[in-house]
Amino acid sequence: MAGELVTRQQALPPPGENASLIGWARKNLFSSWFNTLQTLLALGLLALLLRPALVWLFEQAEWRVIQDNFRLLMTGQYPIDQLWRVWLCLHLLAAILGLTWGVWVRGWWYIGGAILLILAVLAALARDPAVRLHLLILVGSALFGVGLGWVGGRRLLGRTLTGAWVLYFPLVLLIIRGISGGEGEFRLVPSNFWGGLLLTFLLTVVGIVVSFPLGILLALGRRSQLPAIRWVSTAYIELIRGVPLITILFMASTMVPLFLPSGVTIDRVLRAMVGITLFSAAYLAENVRGGLQAIPHGQYEAAQALGLSGFHTMTLIILPQALRIVIPVLVGQFISLFKDTSLVTTIGLLDLLGIGRSILANPQYISYQHEVLVFITFIYWSFSFLMSLLSQRLETALGVGQR
Amino acid sequence: MFKNIFRIFGIVLILGLLMSACGGQPTPGPTPAVENTQPIGEPTADTGEEQPEPTASGGGAAQPTQETAATPVAQVTSAQTAVPVPVTASFGETLSTVQDRGTILCGVNGQLPGFSFLDPDGNYSGFDADFCRALAVAVFGDPTKVEFRSTTTQERFTVLQTGEIDVLFRNTTWSLQRDSELGFNFGPTIFYDGQGIMVPADSGITALADLDGGTICVQKGTTTELNLADVMATEGVSYTPAVFDDVNATYGAYAEGRCDAVTSDKSQLSSVAKGVLPDPDAHVILDITLSKEPLGPLVRHGDDQWFDIVKWTVYATFAAEEYGITSENVEDEATNNQNPEVRRLLGLEGELGAKLGLSNDFAFNVISQVGNYAEIYERNLGEGTPTFIPRGLNSLYTEQGLLYSPPFR
Amino acid sequence: MNQPQNQLPEFQKSAPLWRDERVLRIAGQVLFLILLAAAIVGLIDNMLDNMRRQGLQPDFTFFRLTSGFDIGEHLIPYDRTSTFARAFLVGLLNTLLVSGLGILIATLLGVFFGVCRLSTNFLVRQVARGYIEFLRNIPLLVLLIFLYVGVFIQLPRLREALVLPGPTLLSNRGVAIPGLVAGPTFQTYRLVLVGALLLAAGVWIGLTWQARRSGRAPLTLVWSLLAFLAAAAAGWIWLPSPPLILEPPAVQGLRVVGGVTLSPEFMALLTGLSIYTSAFIADVVRAGIQSVSRGQVEAAKSLGLPAGLILRLIVFPQALRVIVPPLTSQYLNLTKNSSLAVAIGFPELFHVSGTILNQSGRTVEVIILSMGTYLSISLITSALMNWYNQRVRLVER
Repeated sequence: MAGELVTRQQALPPPGENASLIGWARKNLFSSWFNTLQTLLALGLLALLLRPALVWLFEQAEWRVIQDNFRLLMTGQYPIDQLWRVWLCLHLLAAILGLTWGVWVRGWWYIGGAILLILAVLAALARDPAVRLHLLILVGSALFGVGLGWVGGRRLLGRTLTGAWVLYFPLVLLIIRGISGGEGEFRLVPSNFWGGLLLTFLLTVVGIVVSFPLGILLALGRRSQLPAIRWVSTAYIELIRGVPLITILFMASTMVPLFLPSGVTIDRVLRAMVGITLFSAAYLAENVRGGLQAIPHGQYEAAQALGLSGFHTMTLIILPQALRIVIPVLVGQFISLFKDTSLVTTIGLLDLLGIGRSILANPQYISYQHEVLVFITFIYWSFSFLMSLLSQRLETALGVGQR
Repeated sequence: MFKNIFRIFGIVLILGLLMSACGGQPTPGPTPAVENTQPIGEPTADTGEEQPEPTASGGGAAQPTQETAATPVAQVTSAQTAVPVPVTASFGETLSTVQDRGTILCGVNGQLPGFSFLDPDGNYSGFDADFCRALAVAVFGDPTKVEFRSTTTQERFTVLQTGEIDVLFRNTTWSLQRDSELGFNFGPTIFYDGQGIMVPADSGITALADLDGGTICVQKGTTTELNLADVMATEGVSYTPAVFDDVNATYGAYAEGRCDAVTSDKSQLSSVAKGVLPDPDAHVILDITLSKEPLGPLVRHGDDQWFDIVKWTVYATFAAEEYGITSENVEDEATNNQNPEVRRLLGLEGELGAKLGLSNDFAFNVISQVGNYAEIYERNLGEGTPTFIPRGLNSLYTEQGLLYSPPFR
Repeated sequence: MNQPQNQLPEFQKSAPLWRDERVLRIAGQVLFLILLAAAIVGLIDNMLDNMRRQGLQPDFTFFRLTSGFDIGEHLIPYDRTSTFARAFLVGLLNTLLVSGLGILIATLLGVFFGVCRLSTNFLVRQVARGYIEFLRNIPLLVLLIFLYVGVFIQLPRLREALVLPGPTLLSNRGVAIPGLVAGPTFQTYRLVLVGALLLAAGVWIGLTWQARRSGRAPLTLVWSLLAFLAAAAAGWIWLPSPPLILEPPAVQGLRVVGGVTLSPEFMALLTGLSIYTSAFIADVVRAGIQSVSRGQVEAAKSLGLPAGLILRLIVFPQALRVIVPPLTSQYLNLTKNSSLAVAIGFPELFHVSGTILNQSGRTVEVIILSMGTYLSISLITSALMNWYNQRVRLVER
């Protein structure tokens, strides 16, 4: 049947363009009157806060206080003639990272290239020839590591790589600390000379490396069938999680000498490390326990059906799955640990924040409070933000939540 | 079945290892059992022998010969008083521990210019630091055999109590509570100080009453805090305290104007005003003394020999100034001066050092390598230094001061 | 071919003792406990030994001694003749005050920024994201020191204080806001308030009875609250002179007279704790709202519910289930983080216990007591949270 033309109203105008900038703005910023109001308020707020901040940052702030004290901020009172040892640790790290990149990652070349480019630019800008040399060696060792990894491949270098990572941290401690009784090149640098960002990193790394297995053990202990172990683990976790970190650090620094027989003393830095590790292990235990709880019972049953022992079930089946689920939470905990190392200023250690405050106590720099604090904030923020970006990438790479 | 054994033993072993790593070694025997069965007499012979023998290793298996002087006193007092004094017999080992270690662990401030200040290159300078070096010279003959330990106000007593340091030279006020309850012995006062108040010069404050309703910055955990409360209550002046953890925060807050005044020992106020605050002339220390603050060294209870060593090292510096012996002329005096007191002081006759467990020429070494009291004072707090404080009461008794050394005999 | 039964080996009822799992379990636990007890006893023995060497005995009676020091801010009367126990109490109350106010402000800010994070407006979303990402990645101690040293102490001196409408005085001695002072008719007004409370209770009972009779649910809470406020307001107007007077602060000499002065330490601590925790709470709220599946919202829209009701009746109750446990742990973190005030000089529990420790010399006792107090606060809050969680959890098959 020949239909009549259905008379329509005036044809509607075509839908607004969303591809261009104006279209996008219309959709996201000005779609309704309330939205427009929000946009205007937000713009006003940004202008009010950002403009004075940017003006101060680029024009009024005296950054020479940072330039003058850069070495202090980075390595504290580490003897200047032994700084090459700190650089050595960085070179080793670059080489191992490069190796990891070449063997496992083999991607994200743009990011890697960007980092190396930044280092090269810094090398060109550096005034001190020693620093320039070290930065160039850094770039070189990274490239060497990448090349070696690419050529070697996973099968050949996989084990070496794991071994290198495992050995790296104790080696760093050894290099930084030196050998007692040695004179000249590798002499002992006692821990009261470690300071600044170096101390922050050492505390963080030792905290992460030691508290991770401890936390897993505690989580397993908390879920154990044996009541004694379960109760002791639960008591420890609840006790540590109920008190602030500052009290644990304070207790570690003042009461540890009381617990030892007279004459035996522990390094102050070691006491802080012990306090941080014990604290972090309890929180990690809770996170890992959450992951363990998410594993369906079927996995345990299937492992039993295959005849795997308890230990093998844990290490081969359950823990890999559990840890993969809780990776974002774990990395969040590691970021918290990195930030919490700033609390060691209250027990007298001179980490990044502590050195910053002692610089500000110098009459020469007493009016540069804002500059030093902003710089310290920037350093903490950049490393934490990088770590959280890394955890997001790691999550997608391991396919958490998707398989 | 085996899987469970493995799991149990694995967890038990790991946790057990961890616990034992954290746990201490078994204590070296119960303390009260070490009753003194040695004859009370002849302490000199015993302590004289202790010196060259390397038997006392790490203080763990020391014989109770050194505390022969200590225990009779303890027994007497425990008979007289109702409360038994705990017998701290086995802790008279500090000298042997120090000698085995090869250095003296000296607790200092580290942040107080003029008294003990750690400069960015890692060197300690100051009045207290020099006395630490004098002690090192007395024991080892070498002023470099001392390890300084910067201590905060919070931890200064704890580190001494636990044995982390051997002596505390930290501009600490002598008080009854510290002498008794906290378990310390105070050596001779090396700096007679008083508590003062510092205000900005343009504030117009000249008397305590002017501070009514104001805020006063004070450091936490000091006698300063208590004295301030006492005096303000007595004078009827109301105020608000702003209490800070460490020296830098306290004076930083004062410099920023958070408080109307800051209070501390006058020596500290003056060294901070001249050494730390940006404009020294903008601050004035009021002519008010809130309390007596005798500053001196501290050692733990229970080791009379070490206490004697610290005391007589300090007295040696007083006596040296009294007899006009300086680091420059000490060689000369040793050969030429016939005064028996001087000869005994410098160890040329009398064997006084051996009675303390030190070498006879300990005073000679101290004077020649560190100086007498006047030299130590001039070097750190004298007119040529940025932290100048007039000697005032810190002069010899012959010059209207309070420094008085008992005779070296 | 049949296998005669009597040729089977002897049936062992159980494995030999040294391999029997039950025995091993118990033996293992006993061994573990023995090792642990030995370690702990060893440590404590060392400690007592070291203390005995100093002539110190661990005992808690020193808390009854006079403290001798003053505390700058105290909610209860305190002076230098008060005991150490009272000083400890002052510190505890300061901690609870800061934590309570901090929790309130942090929750409000956190919910606001959490909802903004999900806004349809691009700019608002990014500003909220910037706020959250910035605050989550810096240490709280650095933030507190920056706020104290860089903001609140940099305010002008008392004589040149900034005057905001209120009047509110901003200076480096703190923020002085007008305070409420009891007027002449305050006693009478208290009776009026009691009467208003009774009226509100009556309204509540009446409405509940009516609800049971009619079967419909009136808004009992709202009506009784309104009744209370109306009675209180009526009483205020009816009285000849106002019962509560707003007292403005004024500078007098070296201090501020009148009003309530919030010290810079308090302000820095409160601000720092609130904005720091609000960033975490914002993240928790965002995750909670996102956890409610889209289907719920679409179904509600298809039923014709307006946006406000969707949020109140559908999204929030389900989001709350996901939000509450991490929210409580953030509250606990805030309470524990208040101990960082020791770095800026606010006399809360940790700061005051440090002073007590120094002045009395009793390291072990004071540390045990302060850690025990924090632990009790945490455990009580966790217990309450667990109880709430049990009530609202999804009952699964």
